[in-house]
Amino acid sequence: MTSPIKLQLPLAHEELAHLSAGDEVLLSGNIYTMRDAGHKRCMEYLEEHGKLPFNLAGQTLFYAGPTPPAAGRPIGAVGPTTASRMDFATPALMRAGIVATIGKGKRSEEVVRACKETGAVYFAAIGGIAALLAECVHASELIAWEDLGTEALRKLEVVNFPVYVEIDTKGNDLYRNIESES
Amino acid sequence: MGVSSSPNALNSSLVARAVYAAIRECASTLRPDVLEAIRASWLSSKDAGADSRQTSVLHAIIENALIAERDNVPICQDTGTVWVCLEVGEELSVPGGVFREVNDAVARAYEDGKLRMSVVRDALFDRSNTNNNTPAFCELRIVPGSGALLHVLLKGGGSDNASRVCMLSPDAGASGVAQVVINCVREKAANACPPLVVGVGVGATFDKVAGMSKHALLRPIGSPAQSDEAAAFESELLGTINACGIGPAALGGTPTALAVHLETAPCHIAALPVAVNMGCCAMRSATIDLMKADII
Repeated sequence: MTSPIKLQLPLAHEELAHLSAGDEVLLSGNIYTMRDAGHKRCMEYLEEHGKLPFNLAGQTLFYAGPTPPAAGRPIGAVGPTTASRMDFATPALMRAGIVATIGKGKRSEEVVRACKETGAVYFAAIGGIAALLAECVHASELIAWEDLGTEALRKLEVVNFPVYVEIDTKGNDLYRNIESES
Repeated sequence: MGVSSSPNALNSSLVARAVYAAIRECASTLRPDVLEAIRASWLSSKDAGADSRQTSVLHAIIENALIAERDNVPICQDTGTVWVCLEVGEELSVPGGVFREVNDAVARAYEDGKLRMSVVRDALFDRSNTNNNTPAFCELRIVPGSGALLHVLLKGGGSDNASRVCMLSPDAGASGVAQVVINCVREKAANACPPLVVGVGVGATFDKVAGMSKHALLRPIGSPAQSDEAAAFESELLGTINACGIGPAALGGTPTALAVHLETAPCHIAALPVAVNMGCCAMRSATIDLMKADII
């Protein structure tokens, strides 16, 4: 295996086009937490205004709901939640400008097609290592939806955040490749 | 002491204190038998020079457990719903308000421990957060004797969502049961954060079998199965699961599961109920002997 590819956020489509399913990537820069309740609100905004809220176009979404931070820390524990619950919204969000998503687990055929069509990527992060992943988070800022608690929209500044390319811009899918090999 | 001044009555505030202590401890501690099994898998993966994705995921899980313990940070951001099972000997009486005190303890533990509030008021009609992680999901079992055991499990949503109940026809037999387990792993393991502990319940009724598969997760890895027959079936299922190649974090390789734990029970002549409850690689549970819990 080769060494991880280091990428700076926000991610450019030209950089994403070079990635292949299975590549290990270290992300640095800003990512945005959004999960079930946030996706519902984001879709309502998109349907009403025809664009993404909070200048999210060009950004990367992280499907995560962190624990509250201990004193003096930017965040508690943070890690990926199951991505397929966001499948209902992801193709529309990618068409509106989201360039990458981070979660765990398989995505629908529609999401694979949306990655191919829009040049977006789905990254898998490792589930169950949230204390370790939190060490990659250097700052956290509440952007919106504070009433949603852990499901609020937050901007996380990450440094060398480890992920794997799960679906690349050609529509190759690491999980489906692993399934078909077994 | 596990009993209060009233003779043979379980002390409910002791139960609540034990629940509080277990939640605070479990949230930032990977269960020791799970950590040991991950460590063994990592060593053999490293020695075999296996695919580095598999080796590095296993290493990350070990490193995560060490960081969590050192810094008192939750091992997983999903600090779960709280599942509590009280197993009380029939010679003891149980105060009616025990689970009310348990709920108070859960609320305090989640607030004090800065754990994630992950419970909504109603699944269908009011998905607003209760903001204190209650209610806990509680069960009381009356068993022979005069002892009292408390089981506390912090259960993540992803692994519970990846679980299922199937009502088979009795003629489906062992191969039918195996098929349910394998299908569940193939379809859902990637969402459940492997390497998994796979809890399997077979028997009882539609509602009880799911509980059996959850109870099966409490058993420490490597401890004896319910019978020799059960041990042989567990090992057959584990072999088939690990031949799937899904691997740690579902990024390929092995192991997909650290153990399969089976519980069986009597059932209706027409039935063969099967339940699969996925336990994730961040397994958090504790079993406390309340008769020895005077240190709490």
